[in-house]
Amino acid sequence: MSSPVLDVQGLAYAYPDGHQALYGVDLHVHRGERVALLGPNGAGKTTLVLHLNGILTAGRGRVAVSGLPVTKQNLTEVRRRVGIVFQDPDDQLFMPTVRDDVAFGPANLGLRGTALERRVLDALDKVGMADFVDRPPHHLSFGQRRRVAVATVLAMEPEILVLDEPSSNLDPASRRELAEILTGLDVTVLMVTHDLPYAFELCPRSVVLSDGVIEADGATYDVLTDDALMSAHRLELPYGFDPRTIVRPSSG
Amino acid sequence: MGAGHGHKLHYHGHSPVHRAPAHLKLVALLGFMLVVVATPRTWFPAFAVYLAVVVAVVGLSRVPASYLLKRMVVEVPFVVFAALMPFVATGPRVEVLGVPVSEAGLIAAWALVAKGTLGVLASLTLAATTEPRDLLLGLQRLRFPDQLVQIMGFMIRYLDVVTSEMQRMRVARESRGFDARSPKHWPVLARSAGALFVRSYERGERVHLAMLSRGYTGSLPRDGGR
Repeated sequence: MSSPVLDVQGLAYAYPDGHQALYGVDLHVHRGERVALLGPNGAGKTTLVLHLNGILTAGRGRVAVSGLPVTKQNLTEVRRRVGIVFQDPDDQLFMPTVRDDVAFGPANLGLRGTALERRVLDALDKVGMADFVDRPPHHLSFGQRRRVAVATVLAMEPEILVLDEPSSNLDPASRRELAEILTGLDVTVLMVTHDLPYAFELCPRSVVLSDGVIEADGATYDVLTDDALMSAHRLELPYGFDPRTIVRPSSG
Repeated sequence: MGAGHGHKLHYHGHSPVHRAPAHLKLVALLGFMLVVVATPRTWFPAFAVYLAVVVAVVGLSRVPASYLLKRMVVEVPFVVFAALMPFVATGPRVEVLGVPVSEAGLIAAWALVAKGTLGVLASLTLAATTEPRDLLLGLQRLRFPDQLVQIMGFMIRYLDVVTSEMQRMRVARESRGFDARSPKHWPVLARSAGALFVRSYERGERVHLAMLSRGYTGSLPRDGGR
């Protein structure tokens, strides 16, 4: 197999105030995989995500994206390759119109003119928001804003899409629509989530991060049905949801 | 959450005034205001001409007069101040309706009201006929410092977000029986304002993170990258 899209080795990090968030994380994600990153609050999930595109710099260990190490010199290319969709779309959508916002990333990469316009419309088309191109983001519904936030990152044609709590605050219909969009994309996905049914639906593989180390890495079904593992790391299936009683979706 | 198009001052339309390039409108407004302010206060016919010009532009823009008049209430504090001037100013007195008032004060009040009204009306017309985004692009084209244009852009974008956050905090306060009626409740309001400031600051940091993640290096793409 070629080099993994995401290659994290022995990553450790302490915040400037001395709080140690990560204690040697190893994680490999290969092309085309959809991986859920699970873990209780304060496990270091967000800290890990911020290392993937070089916002935070590893204290020890290394991160590489498709073979390219995340270092100061490579930041531009790394940030093109790793697209992060943050939890609150209001943080991500800061331009006056949807078009400007989706164009922001590719324009920073140097795209101009019709190439840029095509990139913007393609990305919006993938999330079904092409009709909203001239609207101000704050006039969209929350679900629509989340989809535009995904488009802003898709417009950079990333090799891996990193989603922070993609289903949070969505109503069930928007949640399902987003799932359909994500499964339809031809891109590697790493999804940070507390929504275990969503992880089960979308991600064949799950990784459990707890207290700054990877505690489990395997098929989502196996992780969610390992009761000892689950309770040891404050992971709980929502009431009424049991993977054992659900017929696995045909696409594994 | 806000509904509809544009912002609260914008009146949607397709008149020649709406379609004129934003940077030309900005230059025209600035030039007009400089001329108005520089005009000696006793050249009364000149002010009539200025008013006619603004009214003509408003007519051309097909923005209803009532729409602009309602929004002119921002000027009220200045009008009140102007109305006081003839009474507090010193100097020779003249009789108006049997009340002795200062002549210099009267002229000053007239100038304040006339110049203020022209300025407010012209600015409102610009705001009513120009989308905020176009205004920013206009400023950018006029080589206005990039940092300031960016700051204004963020202000427009996040005004609604911060306002609704403020509303939610107010609703949460009142839901727990708080009612700001007397000065002894002010400390609570001050703490709320502080919390809002901290939240906005933290949001600023998160926005910055999101920008860096999409390759931001210090300047926004000119003309939206087009």
